[in-house]
Amino acid sequence: MKGTYLGEFEEVVLLAVAIRTGDAYGAAVVNEIEQQLRRAVNLGAVHTALHRLEEKGLVKSEMGGATAERGGRSKRLYRVTAPGLRALEEIRQMRNQMWDTIPKIVWS
Amino acid sequence: MNVSKHNIPPRWATLLLQHFCPAHRANEMEGDLSELFEMRVKSIGLRQARWRYVKDVLSLMRPSLMRTKPGKYPTLSHTDMLKNYIKIAFRNLAKNPTYSAINIIGLSVGMTTAMLIGLWMWDELSYDKYHQHYDRIARVMQHQTYNGITNTTPATPLPMRAALQNEHASEFTHIASSSWTEDHILSSGEKKISRKGNCVEPDFPIMMSLKIIKGTATGLDNPTSALLSESVAKALFGKEDPINKTIKVDNTNYFKVTGVYEDLPHGTEFRDVSFLLPWKYFSEKTPWVKRSETNWGNNSFLLLVEIAPHTSFDKVSAKIEKIKARHAKDEARFDPKAFLHPMSRWHLYSEWENGVSVRGRIQFVWLFGIIGAFVLLLACINFMNLSTARSQKRAKEVGVRKAVGSLRSQLIAQFLSESIMISMFAFLLALLLVQIILTWFNQIADKQITFPWGNQQSWLIGLGFTLMTGILAGSYPALYLSSFRPVKVLTGAGSSLRLHASRFAALPRQTLVIIQFTVSITLVIGTLVVLRQIEHAKNRPVGFERSGLLSVEMNTPDLLATSQSLRQDLLQSGAATNMAKSSSPTSEVWSSDASFSWPGKDPDQLGDLGTVGITHEYGKTVNWQIKQGRDFSRTFSTDSLAMIINESAAKFMGLKKAVGSHVHWNGARYTIIGVINDMVTGSPFMPIQPTVFMLRDDWGSFIHIRLNPDITASEAISKLEPVFKKYNPGSPFEYKFASEEYDRKFHAEERISQLSTTFASLAIFISCLGLFGLASFFAEQRQKEIGIRKVLGASVANLWQLLSKDFLILVTVACLIATPIAYYLMNDWLQHYTYRTGISWWIFAATILGAMAITILTVSFQAVKAALQNPVKSLQNE
Repeated sequence: MKGTYLGEFEEVVLLAVAIRTGDAYGAAVVNEIEQQLRRAVNLGAVHTALHRLEEKGLVKSEMGGATAERGGRSKRLYRVTAPGLRALEEIRQMRNQMWDTIPKIVWS
Repeated sequence: MNVSKHNIPPRWATLLLQHFCPAHRANEMEGDLSELFEMRVKSIGLRQARWRYVKDVLSLMRPSLMRTKPGKYPTLSHTDMLKNYIKIAFRNLAKNPTYSAINIIGLSVGMTTAMLIGLWMWDELSYDKYHQHYDRIARVMQHQTYNGITNTTPATPLPMRAALQNEHASEFTHIASSSWTEDHILSSGEKKISRKGNCVEPDFPIMMSLKIIKGTATGLDNPTSALLSESVAKALFGKEDPINKTIKVDNTNYFKVTGVYEDLPHGTEFRDVSFLLPWKYFSEKTPWVKRSETNWGNNSFLLLVEIAPHTSFDKVSAKIEKIKARHAKDEARFDPKAFLHPMSRWHLYSEWENGVSVRGRIQFVWLFGIIGAFVLLLACINFMNLSTARSQKRAKEVGVRKAVGSLRSQLIAQFLSESIMISMFAFLLALLLVQIILTWFNQIADKQITFPWGNQQSWLIGLGFTLMTGILAGSYPALYLSSFRPVKVLTGAGSSLRLHASRFAALPRQTLVIIQFTVSITLVIGTLVVLRQIEHAKNRPVGFERSGLLSVEMNTPDLLATSQSLRQDLLQSGAATNMAKSSSPTSEVWSSDASFSWPGKDPDQLGDLGTVGITHEYGKTVNWQIKQGRDFSRTFSTDSLAMIINESAAKFMGLKKAVGSHVHWNGARYTIIGVINDMVTGSPFMPIQPTVFMLRDDWGSFIHIRLNPDITASEAISKLEPVFKKYNPGSPFEYKFASEEYDRKFHAEERISQLSTTFASLAIFISCLGLFGLASFFAEQRQKEIGIRKVLGASVANLWQLLSKDFLILVTVACLIATPIAYYLMNDWLQHYTYRTGISWWIFAATILGAMAITILTVSFQAVKAALQNPVKSLQNE
């Protein structure tokens, strides 16, 4: 399926959106990734990824309410769609499948 | 939350984001950014947080995020349509390069003319404004009536100055007498230069607000100090500091330089005044000036005043009017009336006729202003004419646009923006042309105009005008074409509609062509009359031989002292065949006296004759023509009490037999021994002043030399120079050719003729461009008709006639209108000259024939081209 291929970073972003379900907006995703992976990410990279994911139909977004800590600015809340979930599962499955086919001899 | 002043993200980064990010995203991004920033301030510190903030902003600057979201905020369709209009405009220009070139070039030539004239008028009107107290400075002038004719002169008697000071001191803030601007020889060490300057009272530099560069302006209190202009200081002292240096003037007197002032600009009355000497020196060292201090009869000085702020020129004029009559009873018979002539009127309103202010230079400002406006009008008419004519070809385009959904207002906007664009092109081209022409223009107009690049006002006027031309030219097609009904234009009914349209549109267009040619023909006739008048005056018998005659001004005492030995040496050098002295140059009569009397003189008539003192050889040297009697001769010792008069004087005196008559003057009895043919002194356009010539060796202020005709002028000069160096060692050898001096009298008229020739040719050029464009348009429009006529047997001559006839009729009408206008105007102009040519019929005939010929030529080019075309070509494509 063309267009559903996920890059490594896109996968990470998609996972972060899934983790933060219900409260997944740009800054939250950045936070999540930074905490989980312990590396600095650029907001621009995250937004680009979210944008791409939305184009691919893997996430959906809607405008959320404004909060005081953002200086009263509204946020865009993302949530993983069914195709998004399926894509994550496929990747995981593919990885598992590959893990499973590694011969035991490698580990000895 | 406690947000300290520094606890905020970098503002510029936020601004950057707002600038680049589409509106629908910026809000959300900013939210994310500020949330992360606040979190990071706590976790990694302010500096790091700010740094990360900037990095985040920069990372957001990517195309995929900056793209506008379609649909949410609709983009302005206007910009798209404007782009389309411009594209269509360019295509239209490129499709018909001839039309486009005619249109743009024609308009820009008109604009160039208007700009140049505008600059010239501006320069004329701002004359003398360099002086700070421009609006309060005046010179005192007088009207005086002799023989029933009122003369007006800026020359005043010296006691008037004292009278103003004593009786009306409160009216003036400054009063300054001045000498006339005259040539003097300045020297410092070995350097000698001849420059013009004035002797003035100490108030002069303050009154004229001279900009002092070095030293002080107040030095003129002292009779031995001088002020120099910057250029003279540079010429004499180079880079050295001129202050307190000594200069020698006219090889006799020494002055100490106490100040240097900025050169007066070209546009001022005193632009030639390049140094100032103290009045005290003038009155103490020159006996006749000293004598004049109490003489109300000697009108020989310039008197400048600056009036006090509380009063006005009219009030002061009224107060001082009778000042001379009150003080000098014997002058009262001339009814002298003093008045103030404000500086603002010096340049443009300085001519009087019988005591009434007339014409003056302002008439040229008006004249050229009107001509400029007309030339511009011609160019605009052309532009409109061609745009209108061409726009009819675009009826289909309008139909399609309307069918697709254009509003009328959009179509109007399209046509207007198109014509504004073309006029902008023309404006740019005109700017370029002005740059190229300005030097040449300055030369013939005797100006130093620079283009006012920095002047906002002129830009506003220029752009405003361009915009107006564009709108005016575009308004007709815009309003007319946009009213088409698309169904009619797009179906077969279109052609009949267009025919109707062109008939409707023809009348204004014909009127415009007539106006154009009326203006052009009037200008051409005017130019021809001016040229004829100059030619007429140039052909006037001069009364002496100008060529090979050279004169040297006797400006130093060294030259005054020598005479016979100088004459011998000059003749021996082989360069001169004769030499004489006189009190006036050959081109002018410098002095006159009103106290002559002769037998049969009417006691009421004033015996006012020009007086010239000469030496015996003067007649032979200038080669005057004796009409009756004989020349002065050394063989008759009685000739010291003899006179030679000119023809005008003989007429003026009303003597039947002039030779042998006696004239009384200054208590002596003179005998007239000869009458000469009039020599043109003064303006060649005016009557010749009645003049008497007497033997007065001591009056001499000019040396005239008749050059040896066998050697060239430059050879002669190289031989004369050492002789003058010997007798006049302190001065440079400066000479003037009589022929050049004479030609100078035509400068003003020649300037007018040059300018009017230029404008007339421009007008004709622009009109022809317009005609050419229109003719080709009509020929094209009637292509089918021509084709059918040819098929039916019309000859090329027939067709040519068909196409040219309309235009010839228009030009004929224009000729009929222009002839009486031009006659009236030029007749009026010629009245200003006493010695004038008549306006002969051939000028009109030639102009009309010329106009016809040019019209036929212009139109025929197109007509013949259309008539020669193969009818198959024009008829086949349908």
